Amino acid sequence: MDKLTKRDGKVTRNNAGLINMYRTMLTIRRFDERASQEVRNGAVPGLVHPYIGQEAIATGVCSNLIEGDRIVSNHRGHGHLIAKGADTRRMMAEVFGKKTGYCKGKGGSMHIADFGIGILGANGIVGAGLPIATGAALAARLDGKGKIAVVFFGDGACQEGEFQESMNLASIWKLPLLFACENNMYGVNTSYTYAIAGGDLVKRASAYDMPTASVDGNDVIAVREAARIAIEHVRAGGGPYFVEFKTFRWSGHFVPEAIPDTRPKEEIEAWKKKCPIVRFMRRLLEDGIVTRPELQKIEDQVMGIIDEAVVYARESPLPAPEDALDDVYSA
Amino acid sequence: MKKIAYARAAAEAVQEEFRRDNKLVYLATDLQPDLRQEFGEERVRVTPISESAFVGTAIGLAGSGYRAIADLRMATFGFVAMDQMVNQAAKITYMFGGQARFPMLIRMSFGAGMHWAAQHSISPYSMYMNVPGLKIILPTTAYDVKGLLKSALRDNNPVISFENTLLGQVAGDVPEEDYTVPFGRADVKRVGTDVTVVALSRMLHEALAASVALEARGISAEVVDPRTLVPLDRESIRRSVKKTGRLVVVDEACRTCSAAAEVISLVVEDEETYARLKSAPQRVCGLDVPIPYSPPMEQYAIPDRGKILEAVLSLFPRVVK
Ligand SMILES: Cc1ncc(C[n+]2csc(CCOP(=O)(O)OP(=O)(O)O)c2C)c(N)n1
Ligand SMILES: [Mg+2]
Repeated sequence: MDKLTKRDGKVTRNNAGLINMYRTMLTIRRFDERASQEVRNGAVPGLVHPYIGQEAIATGVCSNLIEGDRIVSNHRGHGHLIAKGADTRRMMAEVFGKKTGYCKGKGGSMHIADFGIGILGANGIVGAGLPIATGAALAARLDGKGKIAVVFFGDGACQEGEFQESMNLASIWKLPLLFACENNMYGVNTSYTYAIAGGDLVKRASAYDMPTASVDGNDVIAVREAARIAIEHVRAGGGPYFVEFKTFRWSGHFVPEAIPDTRPKEEIEAWKKKCPIVRFMRRLLEDGIVTRPELQKIEDQVMGIIDEAVVYARESPLPAPEDALDDVYSA
Repeated sequence: MKKIAYARAAAEAVQEEFRRDNKLVYLATDLQPDLRQEFGEERVRVTPISESAFVGTAIGLAGSGYRAIADLRMATFGFVAMDQMVNQAAKITYMFGGQARFPMLIRMSFGAGMHWAAQHSISPYSMYMNVPGLKIILPTTAYDVKGLLKSALRDNNPVISFENTLLGQVAGDVPEEDYTVPFGRADVKRVGTDVTVVALSRMLHEALAASVALEARGISAEVVDPRTLVPLDRESIRRSVKKTGRLVVVDEACRTCSAAAEVISLVVEDEETYARLKSAPQRVCGLDVPIPYSPPMEQYAIPDRGKILEAVLSLFPRVVK
């Protein structure tokens, strides 16, 4: 039983922190619901990999981060970015391919970055963020200010060579790097039980001589706690840490659903019943941390933020064709 | 001035820039021992044989306020890190809308002529020329390698330095004081009037040797070294061709889609230069084969002074061969 459900624990709980986590999870959910809808409406030129169903992971992990910590994200990155503090207006504008987007319309959903707040970018190549995060962790180590790096990647990325090289390198150099593996059970339609020899990522990760954990990625309190333990270890100079977060992607691999979703219907439905947001909401209510009217207020606030992001994106200008020539090189 | 080997000049560039810039980090499977001694294990790092990981590490360092040198040693090993070089280093500044700089230097030795066979001999710079976002330098002399590496280590972009293995021990004059060689500035290594020979990397030295033999036959060759392929000094090449009216491009790389092909394109695409041509431009390139092991075949597959001489003479039918 989690500490949160103990009534006596309530006085010492940081209620504002919990409510913030709830708000973040809801923002991610509504952002991706809305982005998906806008893809279907034809307002988005490209595609979007929704993070829906996995919100607890980015939220719980990033709730442990401090200013100066850096993250590296992957193709399913909106959740990581929002949890690290990215501006939803500039994110949505980027998804829409607008000049006001994070990348001036040059990147789209899969390449959003905000270096000012330590987001070294989403990444469209599976596994490619791992070496880059290794470099961010080395930078943190050379800075010597107790900052760390976190890399988010899927179960599928664990079969890339870049995973093995980065796990090994981070381990021999004892880098301050948290490997946050989101095992959503599939890479597109390929089950991890098929793709992973032995079927056990934690066992594999242990071979790199680093501490590991595996937790329920749909329980934000469990995620936050596992990440807290891991990050304390990493921040203290103990070297890298691997955490597997078990979760599930609700949508097809990306929107528009060009690839048929062949995952068993019953499995998808069973996971939807484990919705990380509904679960967290129930616990917040049970513990008396929020009231229903307060929840409604958060919902309204979040919808307001998302509406504003969409309006901003819609009303922003498209880039000029010749803007394509800028930014190939830095001055 | 002092006379030092190309490899020594390169090492000096790195060492001096390490002294100037405390954010500089070296990553390689094998290291310059003196560098490690002077700057310590934190900044001068031995990597496992994990090319993707350490090129990616250089990118992550660059995105976090550092500047790394990823020394891949041989260009053929670089292919293992292609994703990090092509999909990441080259594109991320652009994809992220220019919001971050990625200053880094990737060093690769390259070329044929060592009897190391196909998997240790290649001249792949034109592949990278086809990837916008990378700068590519091709230093040919001790002076150039020191000056170009220094520029690379002060540039804010990913730069790849292709250093021909056979040039390592070639000595040349290098100033005592600090200097840089700017990117995009070709160097006329020999002034001439009858034919422009654009020669890349080690082929410069072959072209200079051939020009001596040409001189004896009354043909005055102007030998131009582009020094950097991206950016490429189109103006200087065109200027020389406008003067001589003839062009031979010498490139050790395979002929198809080579840097040599690009040089010819930039000449014939320019009306003014094209109008001055007295003969069709020629390429002297590596043959379109993987580099073979056995010396007779290897020598056959790559250009040399004899082949350059022959190609230039073919432009002057009245000269006695
Ligand atoms: C190197 C590479 N191979 C294939 C792809 C196509 N692709 C994009 S996402 C993906 C599945 C990734 O699975 P996982 O890492 O588990 O992440 P998830 O999509 O489940 O979040 C694939 C195959 C790619 N982008 N990069
Ligand atoms: Mg997956």
